[in-house]
Amino acid sequence: MNKLDAKIPAGPLADKWSNHKNDVGLVNPANRTKLDIILVGTGLAGAAAAASLGELGYNVKVFCFQDTPRRAHSVAAQGGINAAKNYKNDGDSVYRLFHDVIKGGDYRAREANVHRAAEVSNQTIDQLVAAGVPFARDYSGYLDNRSFGGVQVSRTFYAKGQTGQQCLLGAYSGLIRQVARGKVTMYSRRDMLDLVVVDGRARGIIARNLVTGEIERHSAHAVVLATGGYGTIYYLSTLALGSNASAAWAAHRKGALFANPSFVQIHPTSLPQLNDYQAKLTLMSESLRNDGRIWVPKAKGDRRSANTIPEDERDYYLERRYPAFGNLVPRDVASRAAKERCDAGYGVGDTGLSVYLDFGGAIEKQGKAAIAAKYGNLFEMYEKLTGINPYEEPMRIYPAGHYTMGGLWVDYNLMTTIPGLFAIGEANFSDHGANRLGAGSLMQCAGDGYFILPVTIGDYLADKIREPRMPVDRPEFAAAEKEVRDGLAQLIAVDGSQTVTSFHKRLGRILWDDCGMVRNESGITRALESITALEEEFRRDVKVPGDTAELNQELEKAVKVRDFFALGRLMCHDALARKESCGAHFREESQTPEGEAQRIDSEYSYVAAWEYRGERAPHTLHKEPLKFENVEIKERSYK
Amino acid sequence: MKIKLKIWRQPNARAEGGFVTYPLEGVSTEMSFLEMLDYLNTTLIDRGEAPVAFEHDCREGICGCCSLYINGRPHGPAGETTTCELRMTKFEDGATITIEPWRSKVFPVLRDLIVDRSSFEQILQAGGFVSANTGTAPEANSIPVAKHHADEAFDAAVCVGCGACVAACPNGSAMLFVAAKVSQLALLPQGRPEARRRVREMIAKMDDLGFGACGNIGACEAECPKGIKLTHIARLNREFLKTGI
Repeated sequence: MNKLDAKIPAGPLADKWSNHKNDVGLVNPANRTKLDIILVGTGLAGAAAAASLGELGYNVKVFCFQDTPRRAHSVAAQGGINAAKNYKNDGDSVYRLFHDVIKGGDYRAREANVHRAAEVSNQTIDQLVAAGVPFARDYSGYLDNRSFGGVQVSRTFYAKGQTGQQCLLGAYSGLIRQVARGKVTMYSRRDMLDLVVVDGRARGIIARNLVTGEIERHSAHAVVLATGGYGTIYYLSTLALGSNASAAWAAHRKGALFANPSFVQIHPTSLPQLNDYQAKLTLMSESLRNDGRIWVPKAKGDRRSANTIPEDERDYYLERRYPAFGNLVPRDVASRAAKERCDAGYGVGDTGLSVYLDFGGAIEKQGKAAIAAKYGNLFEMYEKLTGINPYEEPMRIYPAGHYTMGGLWVDYNLMTTIPGLFAIGEANFSDHGANRLGAGSLMQCAGDGYFILPVTIGDYLADKIREPRMPVDRPEFAAAEKEVRDGLAQLIAVDGSQTVTSFHKRLGRILWDDCGMVRNESGITRALESITALEEEFRRDVKVPGDTAELNQELEKAVKVRDFFALGRLMCHDALARKESCGAHFREESQTPEGEAQRIDSEYSYVAAWEYRGERAPHTLHKEPLKFENVEIKERSYK
Repeated sequence: MKIKLKIWRQPNARAEGGFVTYPLEGVSTEMSFLEMLDYLNTTLIDRGEAPVAFEHDCREGICGCCSLYINGRPHGPAGETTTCELRMTKFEDGATITIEPWRSKVFPVLRDLIVDRSSFEQILQAGGFVSANTGTAPEANSIPVAKHHADEAFDAAVCVGCGACVAACPNGSAMLFVAAKVSQLALLPQGRPEARRRVREMIAKMDDLGFGACGNIGACEAECPKGIKLTHIARLNREFLKTGI
């Protein structure tokens, strides 16, 4: 059996989605009320999907681990959301957006999916505006745009530095409207701990009520995961502390292939780590690079304060290395360039692990008020966290683990390799290749949730209308529940001496050092051994206090870290098998003489999709070849 | 630094709660307030005691998970700051810090410092939306919105729904929370068609749930970590009067 039929519709690229919509099966409104859909995760993708599916008339059960969907981590996306409206008349188009995403992803994304994401982007903006999202406008009353890394047009819609919050609240408002109508049932403070597969199809989940500890069984005709990314695997990342991979990993163990797990975006503009207590790294929006200039001193170990270093003793290294894009090179390029300067001894700050992001020139040219209007809240946030006023002194920044391009493998219909199990938003792998462009995440999440999934899930459900609701007393549910209970009991039973967090920190360090911004064979091999040893120690010596039948935050963390060990190993295997550099995946063995990423298209132009074969068995690699029929594959140059 | 923490401990919703005092050494001024609590929890786990349950997620002031009454003030002593953004530099060496859950009968305690804020969900479900089904939206620029209206709507829309306004209010009113949503949607042409129904139903739901009435005291505005202004309550009142009730 070919596990990887991407089911890409025939026909010219620009017509595929239209043709597909004309071809797919439909469920009539009366029948939709007989069909149940479970949706896990309520970020922008999940909330948009829940609202849209509820409006269509399906019975939707929605699960999130927070007390309300309003808190999902989409809320933290700062800079913006892309669309090909061409409101700036600067030559933008659906094709250009598609092309930028393919190129930005270093030719490791699937053409058809990316083109579709670009196609629905415009309608997404229409929808969010209609929902009452207060995007930035200019004095005419029309919507404003700004530019972002990796592109030469202005196509990014924004709401100050809180675009994600505003988009999420817009989608959320559609969701609660369906809750009020009774079409969506909200199960908050729940963790999905397993997927239930019956006769080869996804038919339900096992969830834990995080307040009471009760284990619940839920069934449906289809299951959708919108559970986000796993950047928290590095411990310190820009993600919310609760973000995790456990739901996706449960699906993976039940048969869903996991694609490109090692493709993790390291965001170039985060606050640097200050001390060992630190629980997270705060992101400073990439939009800051529109006006901020990045530099380090030209002299090694120059410890003078930034403002006293004269202009001609500053190395604006991005402008020097990449004159065409300058400070607006894509994230992976900017991150590696920062690491290169710091490793070479030019970094600033006490640790030497940061670079300057300087607004001095922009404030001089545009005035403080203009800069405050664009970035006011980000500047305030920076000052709150560091005590430094960025209007007067440059910010200090350093790269941090951020977004995972990898995720569950899905076909064109966003269905995983388990029939009836869909993955949308960051949880899937499909649109961003080996590197995501700024403001592309909100675009994909909203597009998947509002416009794509509601069509493709209908196609799947079209022949299920006679299937009665699945009772949860079937043996498959009992078996999954038992496995979950045993797993939780085991974690408590270890009763060792080290906290969950101490293990998470150590795991994060291993991955950051050897499977982070720069990778090589010996490092990855070392990381694999270290992770295995650390997991062994975790199983022997972790301390999870309390009980399973209560609100137990340590137990919640323990589940996540337990699953991160296995995912971390898979990341390493993936990074090891891909002996080329592409996008965020930089293998030292594969670089140009100038130190840029060197793709090897003849050997690695594929999606690496990994099949789980058991806890101790090695994964099997399946390859989905990538065909580029509509773009010319080039070296990704930003010079 | 060395501090003394007085923390509300309550094993679950039904149990009796009470303050427990924890002396804590080795606190660094570089810690955030929640990193200090993480550190306390590590020491509690090491001693075989139950860690303090508190809600948090993004740790950058945007998700609205964190709460906490710190020394008698929601989100602590710093203005326009969520608890997760609060730094230990705001406290003196040797200080006693009292930490309580939100004070409101409409937000019952679930465990220790975690409260149930689902009443906010019910208020929003009553009308905090524009009934725009997916697919119905017109071209985004077909309805211009005056910049000052869009900006003011944004200023209301930044509410993170943390509940500090309710916790701060002597009457336990949710007026600022409700006003933020009513005002945002009243200012935008997209929200106008349902403006009357929205304000009527959200206010009715707020009253039903047992939130208090607004007494124009302004504690909500003073303690709002997002700087949401009382003028939004004024706009809510105008919108409410227009309904003719």
